[in-house]
Amino acid sequence: MKLLTHNMLTSHVKGVTKGYPLLIKATEVKVNEVEFNPQFVSRMIPKLEWSALVQAADQVGQCQDLPAELVPDYEKNEEFLKIVHRILLEVEVIEGCLQCPESGREFPISRGIPNMLLNEDEA
Amino acid sequence: MARSVCTKSAFELWGHGRTHSELRTSLLNFPSENMSSFMHKDSTYRINVYTFNKTLEFTERIKRIDAMEYLPFKGTVSLKSPQHVFCLLEDYGTDPNNIPEHPEYIYFGRWIADGQRELIRSYSVKNRHFIGNTSMDAGLSFIMANHAKVKENDLVFDPFVGTGSLLVACSHFGAYVCGTDIDYNTIHGRGRSSRRNHKWRGPDENIRANLRQYGTEKMYLDVMVSDASKPVWRETALFDAIITDPPYGIRESTRRTGSHKDISKPADGLYVESHVPVSQAYHLSDIFTDLLNFSAHHLVMGGRLVYWLPVYWPEYCEEMVPLHPCLRLISNCEQMLSSHTSRRLITMEKIKEPEELDTLAHLADPRFRPYQGHNAFREKYFSGLNKRGSKEDHKSAVNGE
Repeated sequence: MKLLTHNMLTSHVKGVTKGYPLLIKATEVKVNEVEFNPQFVSRMIPKLEWSALVQAADQVGQCQDLPAELVPDYEKNEEFLKIVHRILLEVEVIEGCLQCPESGREFPISRGIPNMLLNEDEA
Repeated sequence: MARSVCTKSAFELWGHGRTHSELRTSLLNFPSENMSSFMHKDSTYRINVYTFNKTLEFTERIKRIDAMEYLPFKGTVSLKSPQHVFCLLEDYGTDPNNIPEHPEYIYFGRWIADGQRELIRSYSVKNRHFIGNTSMDAGLSFIMANHAKVKENDLVFDPFVGTGSLLVACSHFGAYVCGTDIDYNTIHGRGRSSRRNHKWRGPDENIRANLRQYGTEKMYLDVMVSDASKPVWRETALFDAIITDPPYGIRESTRRTGSHKDISKPADGLYVESHVPVSQAYHLSDIFTDLLNFSAHHLVMGGRLVYWLPVYWPEYCEEMVPLHPCLRLISNCEQMLSSHTSRRLITMEKIKEPEELDTLAHLADPRFRPYQGHNAFREKYFSGLNKRGSKEDHKSAVNGE
């Protein structure tokens, strides 16, 4: 699971109102090389919840260089975009789980794939 | 032309006619100043001959090329890398069992560009690493990507991703792709193979591997096991396009998590790790209501939803196509599946942000009522087959007497 995806996910456990962001408890994290595409990164930044991104990066132990606040005028700042690119697309949680911050319910991640299915009684 | 998989080629038409002499007259009437820039003495060219519904011998082709001498070609012929290509096109009709001696119509023109029909071959599902029972064929996948106007750097989502065929096509056009599916095994690429000679799927059979096969792994974002009726996404406009083929209940079952039975948790409140949630039938009417609602909330403004709507002919009318106050219907194209069923490729575009009232719109306006087309699509699909079957039984019973 990449952190770009994580930034857009929320807990949908019945009754939960503050299900975002999901906490990441990773037991295996991989960093792959993915071709840098500044336009795509710039397009995604406005969709992101920045504080959730920083928190997520911290939870997987990859927050080096990532500024706590979004840098203004980032479209032309290639160095900044490269850092964001790495966090969004190159860091992957392979094993672990996502935890609902309100209910504590855990959604397992195996082979890089989160399982977001709720059980019958939670739906 | 860089996108079209339906168009084979584009030509600038210079002349046409029912016979070669008509063609010649037509060509000599074409203003020579429009021809001269492509035929001047320092240019290189070649002439191709295309015959539709007939095969011509090599010598026949050469004869036709030589016959075009009346045109003012001043350049030199280059078969390998001509600057300009001219084409003579002969139409021999559409009946392969009745090929006429002479063409029904002839065209001549300058070749401009080819479409992307080659993609149908190069992305053919036959050669794909990972397929399933309902993998969308390459041609249709690209058509859907075009309907959704997928472009470079877009973010595309498929909530019924299956084996990822639609995502593969979108990634070819430069979009970053993600998908969800309720089926754990399909998402993880496990279980029985859909290929005739293979029993079980191999280790490299999953959606990511499919993208890798075509060199677009960098466009792979994520896939997740998730129930499309219970979305897991933040309430904000995320996707440039949502492209999907929801299950019709024929070759894959329609499911959602939840149970009809009285829910009782296990005694100690803990489910075993391998617990697979009980699923109940996901009624087709709900699938489309949910899909449209989801799209209204999660598409960017101007973003498109493209999906297949299964239809039972005897009951179909245009009013059955689901509508939503925030989505504008762009197109509705039919593909026949059987004598009494077809599916329609629906394209919608987001035109306004959803407000509280929109989720209740169907109560006020009949146009927005939930899709009631046919919860029993599956029954009707098989009923046609059963009727034929029972007719034959009756006949043989009579003859047997």
